[in-house]
Amino acid sequence: MNRSFAESTARERLQYLLDTDSFQEILGPGTRMVSPHLALLGVPSSFDDGVVVGRARLGGQSVLVAAQEGAFMGGGVGEVHGAKLVGLFQRALTEKPAAVLVLAESGGVRLHEANAGLIAVSEVMRALLEVRALGIPVMMLIGGANGCFGGMGLIARCADFVVMSDIGRLSMSGPEVIESSYGVEEFDSRDRALVWRTTGGKHRYLTGDCDVLVDDDIEAFRVAAREALTCHREVTLEALEQEHAMLADRLDRFGQCTDSAQVWQALGIADPRAVPELDARGVRALQTHESELQA
Amino acid sequence: MNDNTSMETLHFDFEGARARPSFVPILVGVVGSGNLEVLIEPSQHPRCRIDITTSARGFGPIWEAVVRDFHRRHGLAGVAVSINDMGATPAVVSLRLDQAVASLPPAQDLQP
Repeated sequence: MNRSFAESTARERLQYLLDTDSFQEILGPGTRMVSPHLALLGVPSSFDDGVVVGRARLGGQSVLVAAQEGAFMGGGVGEVHGAKLVGLFQRALTEKPAAVLVLAESGGVRLHEANAGLIAVSEVMRALLEVRALGIPVMMLIGGANGCFGGMGLIARCADFVVMSDIGRLSMSGPEVIESSYGVEEFDSRDRALVWRTTGGKHRYLTGDCDVLVDDDIEAFRVAAREALTCHREVTLEALEQEHAMLADRLDRFGQCTDSAQVWQALGIADPRAVPELDARGVRALQTHESELQA
Repeated sequence: MNDNTSMETLHFDFEGARARPSFVPILVGVVGSGNLEVLIEPSQHPRCRIDITTSARGFGPIWEAVVRDFHRRHGLAGVAVSINDMGATPAVVSLRLDQAVASLPPAQDLQP
């Protein structure tokens, strides 16, 4: 049975993604580790501050895992929320799990506590890279309706491995932010087809920013995550320089494109207009050079 | 803090009849628009205590009616119910409360 990743809560995703009954929560709702800022602003808190962290097993292997709840403040990273993510990665340095998984769904920093959130995002990146430097793979799973934007988008691209569904979105500035900064002629945030073909999982997969594209199904995410448990990428100066060269090359090849369909055409896809109608399997079959490099 | 922007807290306390064996705290729902989260924890006291924090001010009588109905349905004893609410309707609140109770281990009637 297909159990939609996008329609599930963070806790439901963990329940069906991980080995049955293996999840042990750290700082669960009973500890009431809530935001110290929201109540002062008259905004309701959540007992877990919108992120569930803990240890579990995936395919019998021990993992540390975090899941952001997009329905609470858009998954925004506040002070406690961020500290729980940082703490999870720091725990990985001593527990040395097989991998660290983040089920990311976030608009980025929570604006009500933005300074704390910004600091938290940078601390998560530092801790994440320390985990990778130990050879422990870090995996991002992105399939929530709120996407993965802002600071969480940056964090996602610091990871070894990214799994997305076609519903998932990954970017830095969200559509509304781009529109309000540069005008509706630059980007119409209400044009959903435009938003998804610019930031959605299919585009990220075809350009190589996402490693595996799956259907909106928790079991499909589970299979992809289990197979990626061994996908560690060395963190080296050489790898960083390669990444910079790849980005410069991307700007060179696609910098003049005004729509993703033009990028897909430049990637050698025969019928770029058909891409939005394809399912995940159909998009995987297109196999651009970029997606093959990642796989 | 300004009264117009602060949240309202409500407390209710009922005499319960049906205790539950020890259980791990249960959380259902999400603090999203028109939604709420309900946390049920075991309590040392044989009563059923309900603490509510809500962003919608001035609905105390409706909350009281909803939690009285809830207690009439389940009569829980030895539990603490904590709610973070973001403007859920009474029907949604009732459904979330029942969803949380459905996750509890079966009741044991207290000795008279």
